[in-house]
Amino acid sequence: MTDAGRHPRIKLMTLSEVEEVSGYIGNFRVKVRQRARYVNEKECTACAKCAEVCPVVVPDEFQQGFSSRKAAYIPHPQAVPSAYLIDMEHCLGNNPVACNKCMDACEKQCINLNMEDSQVELNVGAIIVATGMAVYDPTALDEYGYTRFENVVTTLEFERLICGSGPTDGHLVRPSDRQVPRRIGFIQCVGSRTQNRGNPYCSNVCCMNTVKDTLLIKEHYPDAEIYVFYMDLRAFGKGFEDLLNRSREAGVHYIRGLPGMVTEDAETRNLRLKVENTTTARLEEYDLDMVVLSVGLQPAEDLKSLASRLNLSQTSDGFVQESHPKLRPVDAPTPGIYFAGCVESPKDVKDSVTQAGAAAARSAILLNAGVVKSEAIKAVVDQARCTSCGVCARVCPYGAIRVDVKAKTGAQVITAACAGCGTCAAECRFDAITMQHFTDAQVLAQVDAALEEKPEEKVLAFLCNWCSYAGGDLAGTSRLKYPASTRFIRVMCSGRVDESFILRAFEKGAPVVLLSGCHIGDCHYISANHWTMRRADRMWDRLEEMGIRPERLQLEWISSAEGARFADVMRGLEEIRQKVTPQEIEQGKKAIAEYRSRKAKDAGKEKEAEPAEV
Amino acid sequence: MVEGELRIGVFVCDCGLNIAGTVDTEEVRQFAEALPGVVVSVRAKYTCADPGQDEIRAQIREHRLNRVVVASCSPRLHEPTFRECVAEAGLNPYLLEMANIREHCSWVHSDSPEMATQKAKDVVKMAVARARYLQPGHETEIPVTDAALVIGGGVAGIQAALDLADAGHMVYLVEKQPSIGGLMAQLDKTFPTMDCSI
Repeated sequence: MTDAGRHPRIKLMTLSEVEEVSGYIGNFRVKVRQRARYVNEKECTACAKCAEVCPVVVPDEFQQGFSSRKAAYIPHPQAVPSAYLIDMEHCLGNNPVACNKCMDACEKQCINLNMEDSQVELNVGAIIVATGMAVYDPTALDEYGYTRFENVVTTLEFERLICGSGPTDGHLVRPSDRQVPRRIGFIQCVGSRTQNRGNPYCSNVCCMNTVKDTLLIKEHYPDAEIYVFYMDLRAFGKGFEDLLNRSREAGVHYIRGLPGMVTEDAETRNLRLKVENTTTARLEEYDLDMVVLSVGLQPAEDLKSLASRLNLSQTSDGFVQESHPKLRPVDAPTPGIYFAGCVESPKDVKDSVTQAGAAAARSAILLNAGVVKSEAIKAVVDQARCTSCGVCARVCPYGAIRVDVKAKTGAQVITAACAGCGTCAAECRFDAITMQHFTDAQVLAQVDAALEEKPEEKVLAFLCNWCSYAGGDLAGTSRLKYPASTRFIRVMCSGRVDESFILRAFEKGAPVVLLSGCHIGDCHYISANHWTMRRADRMWDRLEEMGIRPERLQLEWISSAEGARFADVMRGLEEIRQKVTPQEIEQGKKAIAEYRSRKAKDAGKEKEAEPAEV
Repeated sequence: MVEGELRIGVFVCDCGLNIAGTVDTEEVRQFAEALPGVVVSVRAKYTCADPGQDEIRAQIREHRLNRVVVASCSPRLHEPTFRECVAEAGLNPYLLEMANIREHCSWVHSDSPEMATQKAKDVVKMAVARARYLQPGHETEIPVTDAALVIGGGVAGIQAALDLADAGHMVYLVEKQPSIGGLMAQLDKTFPTMDCSI
């Protein structure tokens, strides 16, 4: 911790949060809001005089509320930076200054109660997300009595009670009477591996954490009676089984069975629990002085908002989705962003350190290279067709197209700024924009090939590269089954899918067409999928006018983490397909042909959608 | 927009049994051979392995291929691999097209091998159809800002920041709380070494 605080190349920004991220791999622009500390961090010597005179006493969150701190405080003695701060929520007030005692006490005059929050803008090439996790709150599991019985504590509270720098200086006592507990029970899997009031996954660290805790107790009090109630013990890591054996040899009792209920003796405040011991197949009762709930880990509450700012997806359990679970486990699907620690999944200190090293190495590869290659997928304007109407410039999420609507000098693409979503090409009514590598001719050739034979048996889906196509990949790696009637066309963004692609599919006899992209707010091209949504709305109206059931065009948002949802959507499409009659398909074909000839007449020229081979 | 004659090579991957266990890859190979513009269609056990890649390069040279279709896994996995492979044989990397017959086919349709083979043929046909219209592309190089942002100052964030800074890069370590250390700082000892957390 101190190394990070004094490293010449690390700029430490505490009380700070990322507010906005823009840009792309190699060139991110980040806005960080730094909350006021009210103490000059560089000048403060942590002499503690401000805290001595501060009259406000509040529970100390670092000590899990077992002791108190002042409104002028330092989080803990080893804090980095080693500087006090003012908890303005509890300070008696600074406008006007109501108390001022801390300012008078500070010899170096480093307290400034009028300090304001500041915003800093950073330019970085790589981002590592290491925001950690939250600890499961066992309040909902009322049968364990966490909120009713003082001597039922969580593992994190236990850590403070046995820690040398804790509120009791490392003398383990139970909360109700500050007596040393002689009989201690640990209940495992609290909030983990359950379909009911908790999380379905294993939290990875709790078994070994309890093994460690039992040894700590035995060090303090060798004659303590310790019982661990578990469903499975997962001691899978290097040196873990040894540690578990040490705990067993020290006399800790491991009992396979999770207690159904904890009750309290109102007088002694002792606890009694009943458990079905599944190794002896007997109902057993235990009288204990203290019960520790071995709580699991879960995603932090504010991860969702950070994920949306960084364009990250979350898996069904809420942790962030990596680019590939096996081959790119520390890369985010968004290039240039990497993960370290529990934000990716629950893990112990060693695994966190290992993953942090990997994330640092992945970032260093990028930073050392000094350049990043940008794919040759850019918009190109055909000036002969461009009418300078300005639609492309309006829909471009990157402001990468400039059009002088008055001078009518034609749209100009700023190639370096173009990210290649293709929304402009789809929205241009004059077909004046070609999206390299995803041209009309290329995509239409795929549509035609997919529907050349027995189109009535097929479902055609346009999938965006980053989310929906990746969701399909995840369905594959997860070996989920869905109907084989499905045919996919990959585009970089759902915004690329031209109306003409969809009409062509119906014209060729597709019973059902799917348009699929990232969830709204998660688009990898900022907001391009808003245009997808508007286009789909327009298409539904148009299809209805033509007498084609709008249900035959489906719109679904599928993230890269939603393999199961991908398979569900595919099954749903197949169901719809089976309800589309051959007559309907034929009618639709005719309607589109009529629509095309009418449009050609209106425009006074034939719009040839045939992929012409030049 | 093809200069001269279209000469497409198709490479169908077995991926051991990952694809060949469900899809009749030989049938797909023969089907591909008959598609317009295809001059050679080859099957390999593992196209991404060295022998598979050597085969692609050899066929490009032998048949003067100007388009390559690899029918194997997801382009999100191996498109960079095969782009590099064809580039080594002198073909512009944007003249490569992939047909995903693993993640989007064999792995999800293993309960209906015949349908899966039919789908694989369509997927290859679509890729060949698209390949006919592929154009060479030229990548641009964008400079990278030599600095990193680490969000979160727990054990993982601290370690990542230290490693990157020691490697010579500027690091901004952003922490929401007034001190770094995260949850780890609240632990007494840590397993399996039973030493101090801080």
